[in-house]
Amino acid sequence: MMPRFGFEKYTKDMANYSIFALARNALQRHRNWPQAWRSPQPRPSYDAVIVGGGGHGLATAYYLAKLHGMRNIAVLEKGWIGGGNTGRNTTIVRSNYLNPESAAIYDHALKLWEGLSQELNFNVMFSQRGVINLAHDEGEVRELRRRIYANQLAGVDAEWVTPTQLGELCPILNLDPDTRYPVLGGTLQRRAGTARHDAVAWGYARGADRLGVHIIQNCEVTDLIIREGRVEGVRTNQGEIRTPKIGVVAAGHSSVLAAMAGIRLPIDSHPLQALVSEPIKPVMPTVIMSNKVHAYMSQSDKGELVIGAGIDPYNSYAQRGSLPVIEETIRAVVELYPITSRLKMMRQWAGIVDICPDASPIISATSVEGLFFNCGWGTGGFKATPGSGHLFAHTLAKGEAHPINAPFALERFHSGALVAEHGAAAVAH
Amino acid sequence: MLLIECPWCGPRSEEEFSCGGEGHIVRPLNSEDLDDAAWGDYVFMRRNDKGVYFERWRHSHGCGQWFNVARSTVSNEILAVYRVGDDKPKVTP
Repeated sequence: MMPRFGFEKYTKDMANYSIFALARNALQRHRNWPQAWRSPQPRPSYDAVIVGGGGHGLATAYYLAKLHGMRNIAVLEKGWIGGGNTGRNTTIVRSNYLNPESAAIYDHALKLWEGLSQELNFNVMFSQRGVINLAHDEGEVRELRRRIYANQLAGVDAEWVTPTQLGELCPILNLDPDTRYPVLGGTLQRRAGTARHDAVAWGYARGADRLGVHIIQNCEVTDLIIREGRVEGVRTNQGEIRTPKIGVVAAGHSSVLAAMAGIRLPIDSHPLQALVSEPIKPVMPTVIMSNKVHAYMSQSDKGELVIGAGIDPYNSYAQRGSLPVIEETIRAVVELYPITSRLKMMRQWAGIVDICPDASPIISATSVEGLFFNCGWGTGGFKATPGSGHLFAHTLAKGEAHPINAPFALERFHSGALVAEHGAAAVAH
Repeated sequence: MLLIECPWCGPRSEEEFSCGGEGHIVRPLNSEDLDDAAWGDYVFMRRNDKGVYFERWRHSHGCGQWFNVARSTVSNEILAVYRVGDDKPKVTP
Protein backbone atom coordinates (compact mmCIF):
# COMPACT_ATOMS: atom_id res chain seq x y z
CA MET A 1 0.00 0.00 0.00
CA MET A 2 1.63 3.23 -1.15
CA PRO A 3 1.30 6.24 1.07
CA ARG A 4 0.17 9.58 -0.29
CA PHE A 5 1.90 12.85 -1.21
CA GLY A 6 3.92 11.99 -4.33
CA PHE A 7 5.89 9.32 -2.58
CA GLU A 8 7.09 7.66 -5.81
CA LYS A 9 8.55 10.87 -7.18
CA TYR A 10 10.17 11.44 -3.84
CA THR A 11 11.95 8.07 -3.86
CA LYS A 12 13.13 8.57 -7.42
CA ASP A 13 14.61 11.96 -6.54
CA MET A 14 16.30 10.51 -3.55
CA ALA A 15 19.83 9.69 -4.62
CA ASN A 16 21.54 6.60 -3.36
CA TYR A 17 24.79 7.40 -1.67
CA SER A 18 27.71 6.16 -3.78
CA ILE A 19 31.09 7.24 -5.08
CA PHE A 20 29.34 8.46 -8.24
CA ALA A 21 26.78 10.48 -6.29
CA LEU A 22 29.63 11.98 -4.31
CA ALA A 23 31.52 12.97 -7.47
CA ARG A 24 28.37 14.37 -9.12
CA ASN A 25 27.50 16.41 -6.05
CA ALA A 26 31.09 17.60 -5.63
CA LEU A 27 30.88 19.09 -9.15
CA GLN A 28 27.71 20.91 -8.02
CA ARG A 29 29.57 22.18 -4.96
CA HIS A 30 27.42 19.98 -2.71
CA ARG A 31 24.43 22.32 -3.06
CA ASN A 32 21.99 19.73 -4.39
CA TRP A 33 22.10 16.86 -1.93
CA PRO A 34 18.51 15.83 -1.25
CA GLN A 35 17.17 15.90 2.31
CA ALA A 36 17.89 12.60 4.01
CA TRP A 37 14.37 12.43 5.48
CA ARG A 38 11.21 14.53 5.40
CA SER A 39 9.57 16.49 8.20
CA PRO A 40 5.91 15.63 7.67
CA GLN A 41 2.84 16.86 9.48
CA PRO A 42 1.33 14.05 11.54
CA ARG A 43 -1.69 12.28 10.03
CA PRO A 44 -4.81 11.88 12.20
CA SER A 45 -4.19 8.14 12.44
CA TYR A 46 -1.56 5.47 11.80
CA ASP A 47 -1.46 1.67 11.82
CA ALA A 48 1.23 1.87 14.51
CA VAL A 49 3.04 4.59 16.43
CA ILE A 50 6.58 4.29 17.79
CA VAL A 51 7.23 6.59 20.76
CA GLY A 52 10.90 7.55 20.79
CA GLY A 53 13.11 8.50 17.84
CA GLY A 54 16.41 7.11 19.03
CA GLY A 55 18.33 4.36 17.29
CA HIS A 56 16.09 1.60 18.71
CA GLY A 57 12.84 3.37 17.77
CA LEU A 58 14.01 4.25 14.27
CA ALA A 59 15.34 0.72 13.73
CA THR A 60 11.96 -0.65 14.87
CA ALA A 61 10.17 1.56 12.33
CA TYR A 62 12.62 0.59 9.56
CA TYR A 63 12.14 -3.15 10.08
CA LEU A 64 8.36 -2.78 10.53
CA ALA A 65 8.19 -1.12 7.12
CA LYS A 66 10.79 -3.27 5.41
CA LEU A 67 10.04 -6.76 6.75
CA HIS A 68 6.43 -6.56 7.90
CA GLY A 69 4.93 -4.25 5.26
CA MET A 70 3.67 -1.75 7.85
CA ARG A 71 4.31 1.55 6.09
CA ASN A 72 1.51 3.71 7.48
CA ILE A 73 3.40 4.24 10.73
CA ALA A 74 5.02 7.14 12.58
CA VAL A 75 7.94 7.66 14.92
CA LEU A 76 7.20 10.40 17.47
CA GLU A 77 10.26 12.07 18.99
CA LYS A 78 9.92 14.75 21.66
CA GLY A 79 13.27 16.33 20.78
CA TRP A 80 15.39 15.60 17.73
CA ILE A 81 16.20 12.12 16.46
CA GLY A 82 19.25 10.54 18.05
CA GLY A 83 19.45 13.36 20.62
CA GLY A 84 18.94 11.10 23.62
CA ASN A 85 21.02 8.10 24.57
CA THR A 86 21.85 7.36 20.92
CA GLY A 87 23.99 10.49 20.97
CA ARG A 88 25.26 10.01 24.52
CA ASN A 89 26.87 6.58 24.64
CA THR A 90 30.43 5.35 24.14
CA THR A 91 29.55 3.48 20.89
CA ILE A 92 30.82 0.06 22.01
CA VAL A 93 29.37 -2.98 20.22
CA ARG A 94 29.98 -6.51 21.56
CA SER A 95 28.05 -9.69 22.31
CA ASN A 96 30.18 -11.56 24.88
CA TYR A 97 27.46 -11.94 27.51
CA LEU A 98 27.33 -14.81 29.98
CA ASN A 99 23.84 -16.31 29.65
CA PRO A 100 22.83 -18.06 26.42
CA GLU A 101 19.68 -15.88 26.14
CA SER A 102 21.82 -12.73 26.30
CA ALA A 103 24.50 -14.03 23.94
CA ALA A 104 21.73 -14.85 21.46
CA ILE A 105 20.11 -11.43 21.55
CA TYR A 106 23.32 -9.40 21.48
CA ASP A 107 24.93 -11.60 18.82
CA HIS A 108 21.77 -11.27 16.72
CA ALA A 109 22.42 -7.52 16.86
CA LEU A 110 26.14 -7.93 16.13
CA LYS A 111 25.39 -9.96 12.99
CA LEU A 112 23.07 -7.19 11.79
CA TRP A 113 25.78 -4.60 12.53
CA GLU A 114 28.14 -6.49 10.22
CA GLY A 115 25.97 -5.75 7.18
CA LEU A 116 24.31 -2.55 8.34
CA SER A 117 26.14 0.02 6.18
CA GLN A 118 25.21 -1.96 3.04
CA GLU A 119 21.67 -2.59 4.28
CA LEU A 120 21.04 1.11 4.90
CA ASN A 121 23.23 2.56 2.12
CA PHE A 122 24.63 4.71 4.92
CA ASN A 123 28.12 4.38 6.39
CA VAL A 124 27.61 3.61 10.08
CA MET A 125 31.41 3.30 10.42
CA PHE A 126 31.17 -0.07 12.14
CA SER A 127 34.74 -0.92 13.06
CA GLN A 128 35.46 -4.43 14.34
CA ARG A 129 38.53 -3.39 16.27
CA GLY A 130 37.90 -5.86 19.08
CA VAL A 131 36.81 -5.37 22.68
CA ILE A 132 38.96 -6.44 25.62
CA ASN A 133 37.75 -6.99 29.19
CA LEU A 134 40.59 -6.90 31.71
CA ALA A 135 41.04 -9.16 34.73
CA HIS A 136 42.82 -7.67 37.75
CA ASP A 137 42.68 -10.49 40.31
CA GLU A 138 42.37 -14.27 40.49
CA GLY A 139 38.63 -14.13 40.97
CA GLU A 140 38.20 -12.02 37.86
CA VAL A 141 40.49 -14.33 35.88
CA ARG A 142 38.26 -17.29 36.77
CA GLU A 143 35.07 -15.34 36.09
CA LEU A 144 36.24 -14.08 32.71
CA ARG A 145 37.61 -17.48 31.66
CA ARG A 146 34.22 -18.96 32.54
CA ARG A 147 32.64 -16.30 30.32
CA ILE A 148 34.93 -17.25 27.43
CA TYR A 149 33.78 -20.89 27.67
CA ALA A 150 30.14 -19.82 27.94
CA ASN A 151 30.54 -17.56 24.89
CA GLN A 152 32.19 -20.31 22.85
CA LEU A 153 29.35 -22.70 23.74
CA ALA A 154 26.87 -20.05 22.62
CA GLY A 155 28.67 -19.56 19.30
CA VAL A 156 30.15 -16.17 20.23
CA ASP A 157 33.86 -15.65 19.52
CA ALA A 158 35.97 -15.17 22.63
CA GLU A 159 39.60 -15.76 23.51
CA TRP A 160 41.97 -15.22 26.41
CA VAL A 161 44.82 -12.73 26.04
CA THR A 162 47.90 -12.63 28.28
CA PRO A 163 49.49 -9.42 29.58
CA THR A 164 52.26 -9.76 26.93
CA GLN A 165 49.66 -9.98 24.16
CA LEU A 166 47.80 -7.04 25.71
CA GLY A 167 50.98 -4.97 25.55
CA GLU A 168 51.24 -5.73 21.84
CA LEU A 169 47.56 -4.96 21.23
CA CYS A 170 47.59 -1.70 23.19
CA PRO A 171 51.04 -0.31 24.12
CA ILE A 172 49.67 2.51 26.33
CA LEU A 173 48.07 0.08 28.79
CA ASN A 174 49.81 0.04 32.19
CA LEU A 175 51.12 -3.52 32.62
CA ASP A 176 53.34 -2.80 35.62
CA PRO A 177 52.92 -5.82 37.97
CA ASP A 178 53.43 -3.59 41.02
CA THR A 179 50.23 -1.53 40.67
CA ARG A 180 47.39 -1.92 43.16
CA TYR A 181 45.30 -3.83 40.60
CA PRO A 182 47.78 -5.40 38.13
CA VAL A 183 46.52 -6.60 34.75
CA LEU A 184 46.53 -10.40 34.81
CA GLY A 185 45.06 -10.90 31.37
CA GLY A 186 41.76 -10.36 29.64
CA THR A 187 39.12 -11.57 27.23
CA LEU A 188 39.10 -10.49 23.61
CA GLN A 189 36.13 -10.55 21.28
CA ARG A 190 37.58 -9.76 17.85
CA ARG A 191 34.20 -9.28 16.11
CA ALA A 192 33.29 -6.56 18.61
CA GLY A 193 34.19 -2.91 18.16
CA THR A 194 32.63 0.52 17.75
CA ALA A 195 30.24 2.32 15.40
CA ARG A 196 29.36 5.92 14.66
CA HIS A 197 26.42 6.73 16.96
CA ASP A 198 24.75 9.52 14.94
CA ALA A 199 25.10 7.60 11.70
CA VAL A 200 23.04 4.75 13.14
CA ALA A 201 20.13 7.07 13.92
CA TRP A 202 20.44 8.94 10.63
CA GLY A 203 20.84 5.77 8.56
CA TYR A 204 17.74 4.14 10.06
CA ALA A 205 15.79 7.42 9.81
CA ARG A 206 16.65 7.78 6.13
CA GLY A 207 15.90 4.10 5.49
CA ALA A 208 12.55 4.25 7.30
CA ASP A 209 11.60 7.53 5.63
CA ARG A 210 12.29 6.06 2.18
CA LEU A 211 9.85 3.26 3.01
CA GLY A 212 7.16 5.82 3.81
CA VAL A 213 7.50 6.05 7.61
CA HIS A 214 6.70 9.46 9.12
CA ILE A 215 9.41 10.74 11.43
CA ILE A 216 7.91 13.52 13.50
CA GLN A 217 10.32 15.49 15.66
CA ASN A 218 9.47 17.93 18.47
CA CYS A 219 6.40 15.82 19.10
CA GLU A 220 6.05 14.90 22.75
CA VAL A 221 3.54 12.28 23.85
CA THR A 222 1.64 13.73 26.81
CA ASP A 223 -0.86 10.93 27.33
CA LEU A 224 -1.90 7.53 26.07
CA ILE A 225 -5.53 7.05 25.05
CA ILE A 226 -6.71 3.73 26.44
CA ARG A 227 -10.30 2.48 26.51
CA GLU A 228 -11.49 -0.84 27.93
CA GLY A 229 -7.95 -2.11 28.25
CA ARG A 230 -7.11 -1.37 24.63
CA VAL A 231 -4.90 1.27 23.02
CA GLU A 232 -6.71 3.86 20.91
CA GLY A 233 -4.09 6.53 20.37
CA VAL A 234 -1.78 9.13 21.86
CA ARG A 235 -2.16 12.76 22.85
CA THR A 236 0.80 14.91 21.83
CA ASN A 237 1.79 18.55 21.78
CA GLN A 238 0.93 18.38 18.04
CA GLY A 239 -2.57 17.03 18.66
CA GLU A 240 -4.25 13.69 19.00
CA ILE A 241 -3.13 10.71 16.88
CA ARG A 242 -5.26 7.56 16.69
CA THR A 243 -3.59 4.17 16.44
CA PRO A 244 -4.33 0.59 17.51
CA LYS A 245 -0.65 -0.19 18.26
CA ILE A 246 1.92 1.72 20.28
CA GLY A 247 5.55 0.69 20.66
CA VAL A 248 7.29 2.64 23.42
CA VAL A 249 11.06 2.86 22.96
CA ALA A 250 11.85 5.66 25.39
CA ALA A 251 14.86 4.39 27.40
CA GLY A 252 15.15 6.45 30.61
CA HIS A 253 11.62 7.83 30.21
CA SER A 254 9.94 4.43 29.90
CA SER A 255 8.49 4.62 33.42
CA VAL A 256 6.97 8.04 32.66
CA LEU A 257 5.13 6.62 29.63
CA ALA A 258 4.16 3.45 31.49
CA ALA A 259 2.62 5.60 34.24
CA MET A 260 0.30 7.12 31.59
CA ALA A 261 -1.12 3.60 31.16
CA GLY A 262 -1.20 2.97 34.91
CA ILE A 263 1.62 0.44 34.63
CA ARG A 264 4.71 0.24 36.82
CA LEU A 265 7.93 -1.14 35.32
CA PRO A 266 10.85 -2.82 37.12
CA ILE A 267 13.06 0.07 36.04
CA ASP A 268 15.11 2.76 37.74
CA SER A 269 16.39 5.70 35.69
CA HIS A 270 19.99 6.70 36.39
CA PRO A 271 22.41 9.07 34.69
CA LEU A 272 25.32 7.37 32.91
CA GLN A 273 28.20 9.69 32.18
CA ALA A 274 30.80 9.76 29.46
CA LEU A 275 33.53 12.16 28.42
CA VAL A 276 35.98 12.75 25.60
CA SER A 277 39.51 14.09 25.57
CA GLU A 278 41.07 16.51 23.16
CA PRO A 279 41.98 14.74 19.90
CA ILE A 280 45.40 13.11 19.81
CA LYS A 281 47.30 10.86 17.39
CA PRO A 282 46.21 7.20 17.25
CA VAL A 283 47.24 5.45 20.48
CA MET A 284 44.36 3.08 21.10
CA PRO A 285 43.61 0.55 18.34
CA THR A 286 40.97 -1.37 20.29
CA VAL A 287 38.38 -0.97 23.05
CA ILE A 288 39.43 -1.83 26.60
CA MET A 289 37.05 -2.24 29.52
CA SER A 290 37.89 -2.82 33.16
CA ASN A 291 35.32 -3.60 35.83
CA LYS A 292 37.69 -3.55 38.76
CA VAL A 293 39.43 -0.27 37.95
CA HIS A 294 36.12 0.94 36.68
CA ALA A 295 36.43 2.58 33.26
CA TYR A 296 36.24 1.79 29.58
CA MET A 297 38.02 3.60 26.79
CA SER A 298 38.41 3.67 23.03
CA GLN A 299 39.63 6.23 20.51
CA SER A 300 37.30 7.82 18.00
CA ASP A 301 38.30 8.31 14.37
CA LYS A 302 38.69 12.01 15.18
CA GLY A 303 41.36 11.08 17.74
CA GLU A 304 39.41 11.81 20.92
CA LEU A 305 39.67 9.25 23.69
CA VAL A 306 36.09 8.23 24.49
CA ILE A 307 35.71 7.33 28.17
CA GLY A 308 32.86 5.90 30.19
CA ALA A 309 32.25 4.23 33.52
CA GLY A 310 29.49 3.44 36.00
CA ILE A 311 26.07 4.94 36.59
CA ASP A 312 25.33 7.59 39.18
CA PRO A 313 24.10 5.79 42.29
CA TYR A 314 20.68 7.47 42.59
CA ASN A 315 17.64 7.92 40.31
CA SER A 316 17.71 11.05 38.21
CA TYR A 317 16.38 12.45 34.96
CA ALA A 318 18.98 15.26 34.90
CA GLN A 319 21.26 14.69 31.90
CA ARG A 320 24.33 15.96 33.75
CA GLY A 321 25.74 13.40 36.15
CA SER A 322 27.51 13.86 39.44
CA LEU A 323 31.10 14.94 40.01
CA PRO A 324 32.24 12.09 42.31
CA VAL A 325 31.51 9.53 39.58
CA ILE A 326 33.47 11.41 36.95
CA GLU A 327 36.39 11.85 39.38
CA GLU A 328 36.47 8.11 40.01
CA THR A 329 36.38 7.43 36.28
CA ILE A 330 39.33 9.76 35.64
CA ARG A 331 41.29 8.13 38.48
CA ALA A 332 40.74 4.73 36.84
CA VAL A 333 41.76 5.97 33.40
CA VAL A 334 44.96 7.58 34.68
CA GLU A 335 45.80 4.38 36.56
CA LEU A 336 45.31 2.18 33.48
CA TYR A 337 46.78 4.58 30.90
CA PRO A 338 49.38 6.83 32.55
CA ILE A 339 49.90 8.85 29.33
CA THR A 340 46.44 10.38 29.83
CA SER A 341 47.40 12.20 33.03
CA ARG A 342 48.06 15.51 31.24
CA LEU A 343 45.35 15.17 28.64
CA LYS A 344 42.61 17.81 28.61
CA MET A 345 39.04 16.59 28.69
CA MET A 346 36.85 18.46 26.24
CA ARG A 347 33.29 17.43 26.94
CA GLN A 348 31.35 15.54 29.58
CA TRP A 349 27.68 14.59 29.52
CA ALA A 350 25.14 12.07 30.81
CA GLY A 351 22.34 10.03 29.33
CA ILE A 352 19.43 8.66 31.36
CA VAL A 353 19.58 4.88 31.31
CA ASP A 354 16.77 2.49 32.24
CA ILE A 355 18.20 -0.09 34.62
CA CYS A 356 16.43 -3.42 35.17
CA PRO A 357 16.99 -5.50 38.32
CA ASP A 358 18.65 -8.24 36.23
CA ALA A 359 20.48 -5.84 33.85
CA SER A 360 18.67 -7.39 30.89
CA PRO A 361 16.24 -5.67 28.53
CA ILE A 362 12.46 -5.89 28.28
CA ILE A 363 10.88 -6.41 24.84
CA SER A 364 7.32 -7.19 25.68
CA ALA A 365 3.59 -6.85 25.35
CA THR A 366 1.81 -5.39 28.39
CA SER A 367 -1.50 -5.85 30.19
CA VAL A 368 -2.94 -3.17 27.87
CA GLU A 369 -3.86 -4.56 24.45
CA GLY A 370 -1.84 -2.93 21.68
CA LEU A 371 0.72 -1.40 24.06
CA PHE A 372 4.27 -2.75 23.77
CA PHE A 373 7.48 -1.76 25.53
CA ASN A 374 11.09 -2.04 24.44
CA CYS A 375 13.18 -0.80 27.35
CA GLY A 376 15.46 -1.76 30.21
CA TRP A 377 18.59 -1.81 28.05
CA GLY A 378 20.29 0.12 30.82
CA THR A 379 23.92 0.93 30.18
CA GLY A 380 24.25 -1.37 27.17
CA GLY A 381 21.63 -0.36 24.64
CA PHE A 382 23.69 1.08 21.80
CA LYS A 383 25.27 -2.24 20.85
CA ALA A 384 21.83 -3.81 20.55
CA THR A 385 20.27 -1.14 18.29
CA PRO A 386 19.77 -3.20 15.09
CA GLY A 387 18.77 -6.39 16.90
CA SER A 388 16.45 -4.57 19.28
CA GLY A 389 14.65 -2.85 16.40
CA HIS A 390 14.46 -6.06 14.39
CA LEU A 391 12.98 -8.09 17.26
CA PHE A 392 10.65 -5.35 18.49
CA ALA A 393 9.30 -4.91 14.94
CA HIS A 394 8.54 -8.63 14.88
CA THR A 395 6.86 -8.44 18.30
CA LEU A 396 4.75 -5.43 17.28
CA ALA A 397 3.74 -6.80 13.89
CA LYS A 398 2.90 -10.34 15.01
CA GLY A 399 1.64 -9.45 18.46
CA GLU A 400 3.96 -12.07 19.97
CA ALA A 401 7.65 -12.36 20.72
CA HIS A 402 10.32 -13.63 18.33
CA PRO A 403 12.04 -16.72 19.87
CA ILE A 404 15.16 -14.61 20.56
CA ASN A 405 13.30 -12.03 22.65
CA ALA A 406 10.81 -14.43 24.25
CA PRO A 407 12.95 -14.73 27.44
CA PHE A 408 12.91 -10.92 27.78
CA ALA A 409 9.18 -10.44 28.45
CA LEU A 410 7.84 -8.51 31.44
CA GLU A 411 6.43 -11.77 32.85
CA ARG A 412 9.89 -12.81 33.97
CA PHE A 413 9.53 -10.47 36.95
CA HIS A 414 6.52 -12.51 38.04
CA SER A 415 7.77 -15.97 37.12
CA GLY A 416 11.25 -15.36 38.51
CA ALA A 417 13.00 -16.46 35.29
CA LEU A 418 15.41 -13.52 35.35
CA VAL A 419 18.33 -13.25 32.92
CA ALA A 420 20.91 -12.09 35.45
CA GLU A 421 23.65 -10.13 33.71
CA HIS A 422 24.79 -7.80 36.50
CA GLY A 423 28.48 -8.28 37.04
CA ALA A 424 28.71 -11.63 35.32
CA ALA A 425 28.57 -10.11 31.86
CA ALA A 426 30.73 -7.16 32.88
CA VAL A 427 29.42 -4.39 35.10
CA ALA A 428 30.48 -1.94 32.48
CA HIS A 429 28.47 -2.28 29.33
CA MET B 1 27.54 17.28 44.21
CA LEU B 2 24.65 16.78 46.63
CA LEU B 3 24.81 18.14 50.15
CA ILE B 4 22.63 15.82 52.21
CA GLU B 5 21.37 16.76 55.66
CA CYS B 6 21.73 13.63 57.75
CA PRO B 7 19.13 13.87 60.56
CA TRP B 8 21.85 12.84 63.05
CA CYS B 9 25.11 14.28 61.64
CA GLY B 10 24.02 17.38 59.71
CA PRO B 11 24.97 18.37 56.17
CA ARG B 12 27.52 16.02 54.60
CA SER B 13 28.80 15.27 51.08
CA GLU B 14 26.88 12.73 48.97
CA GLU B 15 29.98 10.54 48.86
CA GLU B 16 29.33 9.53 52.50
CA PHE B 17 25.87 8.17 51.66
CA SER B 18 24.36 5.30 49.78
CA CYS B 19 20.99 5.55 48.09
CA GLY B 20 18.54 2.78 48.99
CA GLY B 21 16.03 3.48 46.22
CA GLU B 22 12.29 4.09 46.44
CA GLY B 23 10.95 4.53 49.97
CA HIS B 24 7.57 3.75 51.57
CA ILE B 25 7.38 0.27 50.01
CA VAL B 26 5.74 -1.81 52.69
CA ARG B 27 6.41 -5.52 52.79
CA PRO B 28 3.07 -7.36 52.48
CA LEU B 29 2.10 -8.96 55.81
CA ASN B 30 0.15 -11.74 54.12
CA SER B 31 3.04 -12.96 51.98
CA GLU B 32 1.85 -16.57 52.10
CA ASP B 33 -1.41 -15.53 50.38
CA LEU B 34 0.23 -13.55 47.57
CA ASP B 35 0.33 -14.93 44.05
CA ASP B 36 3.45 -14.62 41.87
CA ALA B 37 2.23 -11.43 40.22
CA ALA B 38 1.57 -9.62 43.50
CA TRP B 39 4.89 -10.78 44.95
CA GLY B 40 6.77 -9.79 41.77
CA ASP B 41 5.16 -6.36 41.91
CA TYR B 42 6.32 -5.90 45.49
CA VAL B 43 9.87 -7.07 44.79
CA PHE B 44 10.56 -5.47 41.39
CA MET B 45 8.09 -2.81 40.26
CA ARG B 46 9.02 0.81 40.97
CA ARG B 47 7.41 4.21 40.53
CA ASN B 48 10.66 5.76 39.19
CA ASP B 49 8.97 9.19 39.19
CA LYS B 50 10.17 12.12 37.15
CA GLY B 51 9.70 14.94 39.63
CA VAL B 52 9.43 14.55 43.41
CA TYR B 53 10.75 11.16 44.51
CA PHE B 54 10.56 9.79 48.05
CA GLU B 55 13.54 7.57 48.66
CA ARG B 56 15.68 5.90 51.32
CA TRP B 57 19.25 6.91 52.02
CA ARG B 58 21.82 5.59 54.46
CA HIS B 59 24.71 7.54 55.98
CA SER B 60 26.90 4.51 55.31
CA HIS B 61 30.26 6.24 55.80
CA GLY B 62 28.99 8.16 58.86
CA CYS B 63 26.50 7.19 61.54
CA GLY B 64 25.15 4.25 59.52
CA GLN B 65 21.52 5.31 60.00
CA TRP B 66 18.74 4.94 57.43
CA PHE B 67 16.45 7.90 56.75
CA ASN B 68 14.14 9.22 54.03
CA VAL B 69 14.72 11.99 51.50
CA ALA B 70 12.29 13.79 49.20
CA ARG B 71 14.25 14.83 46.15
CA SER B 72 13.45 16.20 42.71
CA THR B 73 14.74 13.76 40.10
CA VAL B 74 14.72 16.59 37.54
CA SER B 75 16.85 19.17 39.38
CA ASN B 76 18.31 16.80 42.02
CA GLU B 77 17.29 19.39 44.65
CA ILE B 78 16.70 17.88 48.09
CA LEU B 79 13.29 19.05 49.26
CA ALA B 80 13.01 17.36 52.64
CA VAL B 81 14.83 14.94 54.91
CA TYR B 82 12.74 12.94 57.38
CA ARG B 83 12.97 9.88 59.56
CA VAL B 84 12.05 6.32 58.75
CA GLY B 85 8.45 5.72 59.78
CA ASP B 86 7.39 9.33 59.19
CA ASP B 87 4.71 10.06 56.60
CA LYS B 88 5.64 11.59 53.27
CA PRO B 89 6.08 15.34 53.78
CA LYS B 90 4.22 17.84 51.61
CA VAL B 91 6.80 19.30 49.23
CA THR B 92 6.76 21.35 46.05
CA PRO B 93 9.59 20.98 43.55
